Amino acid sequence: MFAPFMVHAWLLATIVALVSGAIGFFVVARRAAFPAHALPLGAFPGAAAASLLGVNQLLGLAVFCALGVLVISQLQRGERREVASALWLALSLAAGVLLLSLSGVYAQSINGLLFGQVLGVSREQVVSVAVLSVGALGVLALFARPLLLDSLSGELAAAALGRTGRLEWIFLAMLALTTVIAVPVVGALLVFTLMVGPASAARAFTNRPWRALAGSVALSVASVWGAIALAYLTNWPVGLFVGLLGAACYVSGRLRSAGAVAQAG
Amino acid sequence: MSTVAAALTVERACVELGGRPILREVSFQLAPGEFCGLIGSNGSGKTTLLRAILGFVRLDSGQIRLADGTTAGRLVGYVPQKIALDPGLPLRARDVVALGLDGARLGPALPSRRRAEQVEQMLHAVGAEAFADQRVGLLSGGQQQRVLVAHALVRRPRLLLLDEPLANLDVRSTAEIVALLRRLSREYGAAVLLSAHDMNPLLPAMDRIVYLAHGSAVAGKAEEVVRTEVLSELYGYHVDVVRVHGRVVVVAAEASDQIRAAVARDPVHTASVP
Ligand SMILES: Nc1ncnc2c1ncn2[C@@H]1O[C@H](COP(=O)(O)OP(=O)(O)OP(=O)(O)O)[C@@H](O)[C@H]1O
Ligand SMILES: [Mg+2]
Repeated sequence: MFAPFMVHAWLLATIVALVSGAIGFFVVARRAAFPAHALPLGAFPGAAAASLLGVNQLLGLAVFCALGVLVISQLQRGERREVASALWLALSLAAGVLLLSLSGVYAQSINGLLFGQVLGVSREQVVSVAVLSVGALGVLALFARPLLLDSLSGELAAAALGRTGRLEWIFLAMLALTTVIAVPVVGALLVFTLMVGPASAARAFTNRPWRALAGSVALSVASVWGAIALAYLTNWPVGLFVGLLGAACYVSGRLRSAGAVAQAG
Repeated sequence: MSTVAAALTVERACVELGGRPILREVSFQLAPGEFCGLIGSNGSGKTTLLRAILGFVRLDSGQIRLADGTTAGRLVGYVPQKIALDPGLPLRARDVVALGLDGARLGPALPSRRRAEQVEQMLHAVGAEAFADQRVGLLSGGQQQRVLVAHALVRRPRLLLLDEPLANLDVRSTAEIVALLRRLSREYGAAVLLSAHDMNPLLPAMDRIVYLAHGSAVAGKAEEVVRTEVLSELYGYHVDVVRVHGRVVVVAAEASDQIRAAVARDPVHTASVP
């Protein structure tokens, strides 16, 4: 399980989990689960486009993510983030169908894009993901407090900062960067689980924001480690276990919240 | 007031929303340390005026000036009227107050004794110590209101804008919060502009009043403004300023007799401005 060829897999999965867990805290705090689903899934046709044009997959993902952020942030005004996300998803998946039919991408690589490809990654891929991740975590650390305040109340944040809207932008941009980092590894469908499951669980176990953030990161890392180990032992796909463990996190959080409320009253 | 630089100057401010005039030529000034009530009935434009001062709403004409160096953000504290705090958010009351202190700062929050003390002091000042470690979204409306007041005050703003901060409070808490705001505004030299639909709890504390009706305003000392002639002119029709049981009620003339009778029967539940 720790053979040399597995080292890259462990490293890559760990980095992806760190970033997903950290951004996931803000995804849940800002009630942005749907955009967190729509951006990665909506970016996946970008990879198909990239293979059609014969360019790097990451580039395709990045372009589609950027488009997604633009569409969502421009269309959303106030409460309409859900509608904006849904519209983006519809548009990009429509483009995806076309691109896939044109590019003739193999089913195998579509499977990888949707459900992840942890094994058999190259050293270069690890390095590029590590660099992007340091960037993403740095920006999140920089804006951690304003983002938290903005999650509490947009009006309070706007009053404290002068004007917001910019924070939502920064958040969406970081979500996009996380997508680019995570989609090739855990897949467009499963990155969502990794962001939402651990973060929802962590905040059910503490009232302190930074502990909840740390807990989210820890659970996210634990989920991918567990998933790789289980996949190795059972020979079943890693994605299966990422999904299951993410869901288990979420359920444990819900049970804990329900328990806490029951105890309180 | 002419010698001291005003904390806030509003000059002939006009705002239109959705093609309707909401504020019409509103003018008034606040000096540092002044406690001012912004009084008006539902829909009279109180929230719009506060949001215009914050720069959230654009003026169609006129001007709003803050004291030098007071840009929205740094030295203006704000408590919005409607605020739904998510019970799922892992934030204690004390975290919300801490975010008032440095929530706009970049970089991770490092633990600091000074910061913790400031937060503790503020929690004590608003009487929120008892629930300081509870999740803020699960607190009662009145408790949340106190926490939000602390959030706005902890930065020691030069101008504090509070939108209906008394709406969720019981009689005793109302008196406490008013007295607290009054005291802190003197201590910190902060000008306070506090909106309310009922002026009565503020009467003992107010230095000035800005009375809004249908978007027009009169400002001045309470005894100058809350008078039958002045308010009748503001409303554009005759209203009576009625004083009963130590309370002031503003009523449309034809309703005033009924109100007088109602107040006499039930002094607590008096409502009503035309
Ligand atoms: N964005 C908007 N677009 C159009 N009209 C608006 C908008 N915001 C407020 N209004 C209108 O402006 C008027 C004043 O609203 P405002 O919220 O300022 O009143 P208020 O005095 O704060 O009332 P309340 O005591 O109920 O809080 C209302 O008639 C309202 O319908
Ligand atoms: Mg209002």
